[in-house]
Amino acid sequence: MNKEFKQSLIKSWRSIYNLLPVLIGVILLISLVNALIPKAYYSKLFSKNIFLDSIIGSGLGSIMAGNPITSYIIGGEFLKQGISLVAVTAFMVAWVTVGIVQLPAESLILGKKFAIMRNLLSFLFSIMVAIVTVFIVGLI
Amino acid sequence: MKQSEKSYTGYYFLIVVVILYAIVFLINPIKISESLNFTIRIFKQIIPLFIIIFGLMVIINQFVTPKRISKYLGEEAGIKRWFIAIGAGIISTGPIYMWYPMLKELRKKGVNNGFIATFLYNRAIKPPLIPMIIYYFGIKFTVILTIVMIICSVIQGLIIEKEVKI
Repeated sequence: MNKEFKQSLIKSWRSIYNLLPVLIGVILLISLVNALIPKAYYSKLFSKNIFLDSIIGSGLGSIMAGNPITSYIIGGEFLKQGISLVAVTAFMVAWVTVGIVQLPAESLILGKKFAIMRNLLSFLFSIMVAIVTVFIVGLI
Repeated sequence: MKQSEKSYTGYYFLIVVVILYAIVFLINPIKISESLNFTIRIFKQIIPLFIIIFGLMVIINQFVTPKRISKYLGEEAGIKRWFIAIGAGIISTGPIYMWYPMLKELRKKGVNNGFIATFLYNRAIKPPLIPMIIYYFGIKFTVILTIVMIICSVIQGLIIEKEVKI
């Protein structure tokens, strides 16, 4: 087997393997929340106001971190629970673009001003991306 | 962050969830049965997707390394560099902190903050994960979200290029 191919095989397997405990934990947690909390509760948490919902979604996504796959699964299950697409989109975009957890490392290596500005803009853009995407999806 | 530290965090999280299950089991065992059925259902749905994701990851990992990306991002100029920043961000793999040293080196070579920001924003779009997002949200949503995010990455890059000087 080609050495480079073997290395990429190992690297990919390691990525998936490292993700497994979090992924299993998140799926178990989603399932537990799904069994314990009635669907009506979610509609109380989200107001159906497009701006407010996207801000709540972005806020949640910003403080959570991890592989994007996890955010897709949580987002997909949120959607099934009746949470609006705009809130779910904002949540997923903020999850992958805003890095509160990585902020200290990013500040240290790339500069405080750069890191703060990038994360702040990413937060605002996650709201904008969600609204624009859902608007276009609705049009087409 | 070391790989081992990262792995342990995941396991700690899993242990906390298992403890939560044990507590709920003592209070209401029926809810645990419901939860586990739901978990099995989600796993059945996502396991085939993981096989596709793994295949795509192997292909991308074989061709994309920080060294290769650094070469293109550092050498190209003008509008072409924006496309390189977008493309490099999309195909880059692995944890974000793995890329910080490369980005720092690029900045030393004169690559401006705007390209770095655009690169980082596009890391949100991951081709191997596209089957998963299509499964949950459909092709139309996935395509539109990807295009909107690419456009925003350039706008963000332009703002940061103007506001945060090297």
